[in-house]
Amino acid sequence: MSLLTHNLTAKTSQQTTQSMASKPSGPSRPLIRVSDFDFFYGEKQALFDINMEMRENEVTAFIGPSGCGKSTLLRCINRMNDLVEVARIGRGKIEVNDADIYDPRVDTIELRKRVGMVFQKSNPFPKSIYENVIYGLRIQGINKKSVLDETVERCLKGAALWEEVRDRLDTSGMSLSGGQQQRLCIARALAVEPDILLMDEPCSALDPVATAKVEELIHSLKDHYTIVIVTHNMQQAARVSDKTAFFYLGKLIEMGKTDEIFMSPKNEQTEAYISGRFG
Amino acid sequence: MSQKSNLKKLKRNPSAGFHAKPTRAKSTERAISWMFRLGTYFILLCASVIFLTIIYKGSQTVFQASFPFVNIEFLTEAPQTLHVFEYEGEQMELSDSNFRVFEEERGVEIDSTTYAYSGGGIWPCIVGTVLLVIGAMTIALTLGVLSAIFLSEYSKPGKTLNAIRLSILNLAGVPSVVFGIFGLGFFVLAGPIFSFSPFEGYDIRFWPLPIYFGFVGWNVSLIAGCFTLAFMVLPIVISASEESLRAIPQGLREASLALGASKWTAIRTNVLPYAMPGILTSSIIGVARVAGETAPIMFTAAYAMRDQLPWQGLEKWSDFFFQGVMALPYHIYVVSAKIPQNEYTERMQYGTAFVFLVIVAGIALSSILLRIRMRKKYRW
Ligand SMILES: Nc1ncnc2c1ncn2[C@@H]1O[C@H](COP(=O)(O)OP(=O)(O)OP(=O)(O)O)[C@@H](O)[C@H]1O
Ligand SMILES: [Mg+2]
Repeated sequence: MSLLTHNLTAKTSQQTTQSMASKPSGPSRPLIRVSDFDFFYGEKQALFDINMEMRENEVTAFIGPSGCGKSTLLRCINRMNDLVEVARIGRGKIEVNDADIYDPRVDTIELRKRVGMVFQKSNPFPKSIYENVIYGLRIQGINKKSVLDETVERCLKGAALWEEVRDRLDTSGMSLSGGQQQRLCIARALAVEPDILLMDEPCSALDPVATAKVEELIHSLKDHYTIVIVTHNMQQAARVSDKTAFFYLGKLIEMGKTDEIFMSPKNEQTEAYISGRFG
Repeated sequence: MSQKSNLKKLKRNPSAGFHAKPTRAKSTERAISWMFRLGTYFILLCASVIFLTIIYKGSQTVFQASFPFVNIEFLTEAPQTLHVFEYEGEQMELSDSNFRVFEEERGVEIDSTTYAYSGGGIWPCIVGTVLLVIGAMTIALTLGVLSAIFLSEYSKPGKTLNAIRLSILNLAGVPSVVFGIFGLGFFVLAGPIFSFSPFEGYDIRFWPLPIYFGFVGWNVSLIAGCFTLAFMVLPIVISASEESLRAIPQGLREASLALGASKWTAIRTNVLPYAMPGILTSSIIGVARVAGETAPIMFTAAYAMRDQLPWQGLEKWSDFFFQGVMALPYHIYVVSAKIPQNEYTERMQYGTAFVFLVIVAGIALSSILLRIRMRKKYRW
């Protein structure tokens, strides 16, 4: 379960193996570390000097008003921003499992297998439900029927969708309802067996029932995955997350245990935002 | 007046409160709308005159009143000389080969008036055009889709990209005869030839490999015609492909990449399959259009007359591509402009035009059916 890409040095991957061996004992270790991170879209700076850690098997929520850079930071963690032409890192680094992910030797394909992503707008492929789930395996050349069948069942169960679709795995993923589509996208991400799951407002297009299902799901996924979730819904952040990070105008204003952030925020901007006085 | 009573009045008479009499503005408006309408009707009229003439006159050649109702000879024979003569008081018309059989059977020699190209049929032209279309389509799709993928998925936007796009657009405006000359210069006279044995005029031998290479030209040949036509459709194929690729939601690409796909894997599995219906239909229609051009094949591929079909009398397989072919548009040109005109050639002209029209319409129709089928398969 090494997070490291093939291209990274042998030394680091040894360390990883050791740390993995001693895993469950003690408080969870930081899995994602962002240090002094500046990020630009062309001339426009979107992130300013971000420093934070996200720990293994914890749910971290990103909150903050629109345009404050939550999605930007999230998309930096699996290098999705590489797709953006003008995107550029000014300073600092992001480490995943102690490996700098912007090291030129990093294989982004391996990185993205380790760091899965669920998008704000559910985007199932126009293929069958079955093919949607196993897409990540197919492209790795895994075609063994028994493995695929097992994966489909396990991941759909993991995403709390199995009961609803078990009889119609052949129908198009696009034929599902919005909430089902979003859970299908989660199942699809689970099939690749990532260590980290990044979710960008996964419930923004869902009704309360579907939202509750996804939230339940996040709870159950916590044991096996490290989750980072962007949300505009304060209640949701409070319900699902262990840690909360509040961003404002591209800066990380405050980060801490969710209880503490919501009960007794240290920063007055955080307080104002949480109590709904702006943003 | 209160709002309520106004509403009541409106309900009773919807135009109440407006002018009942036509005003000046209104009549101008009507006149202008008629102008547009007449323009459209005029075009419609011209189009129907063209189509109906071809269908009316052409079907007289292609169809006949007696069994089997289709003029089999016209569709399956090569063009021949037509013999018109009188035999035992009867006026007869026979194509050259039938005329000889006729003479032989009766053991007589008959004086006949001959009309070049007016007997037989147009089968070799149909074959040639179909081969040109398939070849041009293959080449244009390969090159066009490759470059469209590069332009819309891989290249970085900027001045160079704009320059490339602009030049591709300009390519679409180049007159077809210029493409013909280009094909003559580049393919017919200077097309590159590779061979395992030395040939006349080769420049390079890839020593120690037994491969010889030289720009000795492809002569007037099927392949030269295919390439020339392909270059003509390329702008259509590229812009259609780019448009189809752009229409694929970015979310599909991102989702694939986020699942650990390489860029090419994402394109291959989640972009191209969904863009393909659009690419294919536009390209097929584009090819159908250039297939109708005479100028580009006139210097590069078309023979006015050739006895053998492309697959007959080949010494080696590559000869298939390096031989000239007959083609429908060029045949129409030949029978309409290169030989003396009379009632017999007119039948040939309209018959050929009719068959050509049917083929082009068939290609367009099949592309539309293809699109409908593929759209059903891949819907998002
Ligand atoms: N592709 C892009 N090119 C240029 N600027 C961008 C791009 N994406 C985002 N930005 C800018 O970066 C800033 C941060 O955007 P980001 O999407 O990260 O905000 P956000 O916190 O996720 O907002 P929201 O809650 O509305 O999703 C915004 O000012 C936005 O205009
Ligand atoms: Mg966002």
